[in-house]
Amino acid sequence: MSLIAPDVPATRLDRLNPVTRIVLALTLTLPLLLTLDVVSGAVALGLSLSAALIVGYRPGFILRRTWPVLLAAPLASVSMALYGRPSGQVYFEWFLIRVTDGSLMLAAAVFLRVLALGVPSILLFSGIDPTDMADGLAQVWRLPARFVLGTLAGFRLIGEMLADWRMLGLARRARGLGDTGALKRFITMAFALLVLAIRRGSKLATAMESRGFGGPTERTWARPSLVTRRDHAAVAIAVVMAVTAVLSAVVAGTFNFVGTGT
Amino acid sequence: MTAGITLEGWGWRHAGRRAWAVRDATLTIEPGERVLLLGSSGAGKSTLIHALAGVLGGADEGEEAGRLTLDGQHPAAQRGRTALVMQDPDSQIVLARVGDDVAFGLENLGVPRDEIGPRVRASLAAVGLDVALDRNTDHLSGGQKQRLVLAGALAMRPDVLLLDEPTANLDSEGTQEVRDAVARVVAERGSTLVVVEHRVETWLPVVDRVVVLAAGGGVVVDGAPDRVFRDHGDTLAELGAWVPGRPTGVTKRTMRPTPAPVLTTSDLTVAYDKRKPVRTGLNVSLPEATSTVVTGPNGAGKTTLALTLAGLLPPVAGSVDAAATLATRKSRHPIDWSSKELLTRIGTVFQEPEHQFVTTTVFDEVAIGLQALKETPAAITARVNELLELLHLARLAKANPFTLSGGEKRRLSVGTVLATRPRVLVLDEPTFGQDRRTWLDMVALVQLQLADGNAVVSVTHDADYIEVLGEHHIVVGR
Repeated sequence: MSLIAPDVPATRLDRLNPVTRIVLALTLTLPLLLTLDVVSGAVALGLSLSAALIVGYRPGFILRRTWPVLLAAPLASVSMALYGRPSGQVYFEWFLIRVTDGSLMLAAAVFLRVLALGVPSILLFSGIDPTDMADGLAQVWRLPARFVLGTLAGFRLIGEMLADWRMLGLARRARGLGDTGALKRFITMAFALLVLAIRRGSKLATAMESRGFGGPTERTWARPSLVTRRDHAAVAIAVVMAVTAVLSAVVAGTFNFVGTGT
Repeated sequence: MTAGITLEGWGWRHAGRRAWAVRDATLTIEPGERVLLLGSSGAGKSTLIHALAGVLGGADEGEEAGRLTLDGQHPAAQRGRTALVMQDPDSQIVLARVGDDVAFGLENLGVPRDEIGPRVRASLAAVGLDVALDRNTDHLSGGQKQRLVLAGALAMRPDVLLLDEPTANLDSEGTQEVRDAVARVVAERGSTLVVVEHRVETWLPVVDRVVVLAAGGGVVVDGAPDRVFRDHGDTLAELGAWVPGRPTGVTKRTMRPTPAPVLTTSDLTVAYDKRKPVRTGLNVSLPEATSTVVTGPNGAGKTTLALTLAGLLPPVAGSVDAAATLATRKSRHPIDWSSKELLTRIGTVFQEPEHQFVTTTVFDEVAIGLQALKETPAAITARVNELLELLHLARLAKANPFTLSGGEKRRLSVGTVLATRPRVLVLDEPTFGQDRRTWLDMVALVQLQLADGNAVVSVTHDADYIEVLGEHHIVVGR
């Protein structure tokens, strides 16, 4: 099943520990929540895109992969342009709609902000191998192995459940229930899926237990999950990028602490 | 080192159940013995083998009676000394990479890192699984998957190897792969082996003792395989076991010459997802009033073909054409027919009976197709009762289909389809993992259909079934 790790080209990010990617995403995005302005957004987006190209993403892939935010950004900014806090010259007015200097500025800021938050997050989170992530979460961040490995094993069942669902649908047609009563059909399918999921899940749990999972012994790990100097360097670079974006807004005088307004 | 097992009046009752799954079992298995465990369905074979694996759970999961020990201690206290392989490898593979999955048990047992690599490689070699360590476990064949599960078990170097119908879902090639791997390993290491399996023949070369559990509790027969099958053949056949050398007693029909086809395909391409064709250029036909078997290796597209013939999956290219006698006024292509029109034309029995259950009682399950056809309540009741009698399910009419045993589910799934008297019956692996009694019932039902002039097409790996019902043969290559 390519559901969990769809085709993502290899990049230099693959050499990092997967948990580092989470740190990078947080480092790049959290500081941007401090201010809502055009300058910081533009700088952050520019830096993120440059970094994406440098680590090896192709522009075409970036476009294809980040389409949800490419769609969300203009939608969010249009509503800002129409309903955002008015100030300065009024260009257009109708009912609650008031397009002004201020609202247009806000629209541009929101547009850039959505992209600056969305693009790096999507790229950093796509193509992480779930096994490597689990190794990192359990060994580097010391999350409980029971929880991490249980979740990882459970992921494998998703593919089986999708196949079950398809068969359940075909079976309804075969049983003469395919023509009408979509709601009833859905309910019988959902119930059957639940029964099958519980059965598969408990069987998997038994299989795991028979192989010593959840026992009293301290678990070892066949493959060490390492945090190296490369990971530290990546986080340092991300900090510099985030600080640059926020400072540039302060220097340009556009820094606008969220909620304080102008 | 190998371990001996002792049961003294042992029993287990699952929480919330009135009846004991196993009771009064007294048995000693010496270290290095290789035991085939038999018994009718419901005799508690799986429960016993799970208990030996130490995975039955604690007091909140059920009640334990008597004593069960592995070298003097309860198995649950000695994880890793026993290893369990069950049927259906898909729900036993834990991780996405071959090497990781074999290492899983070793990591849990706290084996030091530098020992894990060599033990993983040795186990994969022992089961003859020669694939890359980072190979995706989803991309293995059925037989390879089950050998992977076996490798994961062996890596822990268990003293006792427990197998619960390990080959029930595998084609004959996969079955042999797994059996041979087990035979090799047990011979090399001298491990104790306990295997549950209806298909006795498969394991006969490996085991040196046969133990038969009684449904009411206790052990009924115990001894060397030759003697047990010679002296107790009738009892065992009665319990549903496939006793070696005992014919099924069913014979192939004599065929009338070349019947006309009821369904034909022309240049058919089949797939679940039209971007990923499973097979192309299929030109096959199903003769009327004839039993057709579809064979071929795991993953060849047999089920996909069957579901396409049945009018459930749309052809990706080419077409499925019904004879004029079967076609509706509007279309000759089954995929164009409404769900209700299919009911009396093509009936499909799915590989997993649970996929096709839609009601909460056995009675309703059989009745629902007839209700969709707007038959009178009296006619429906008569037809349902007739079928339940035929399927030996009459006493279960009010039970929930999901709570039936494997054999009962299989019989019910056929009954639900036969209710509306379809002219073509499509069966996907009707005898997979079934004991001898259900097998005989299935064959009898198919023969009734044929006698009524209906066509039957079965996807199957079962050599005995093909022997009796392979009147027309479609081979789907890889």
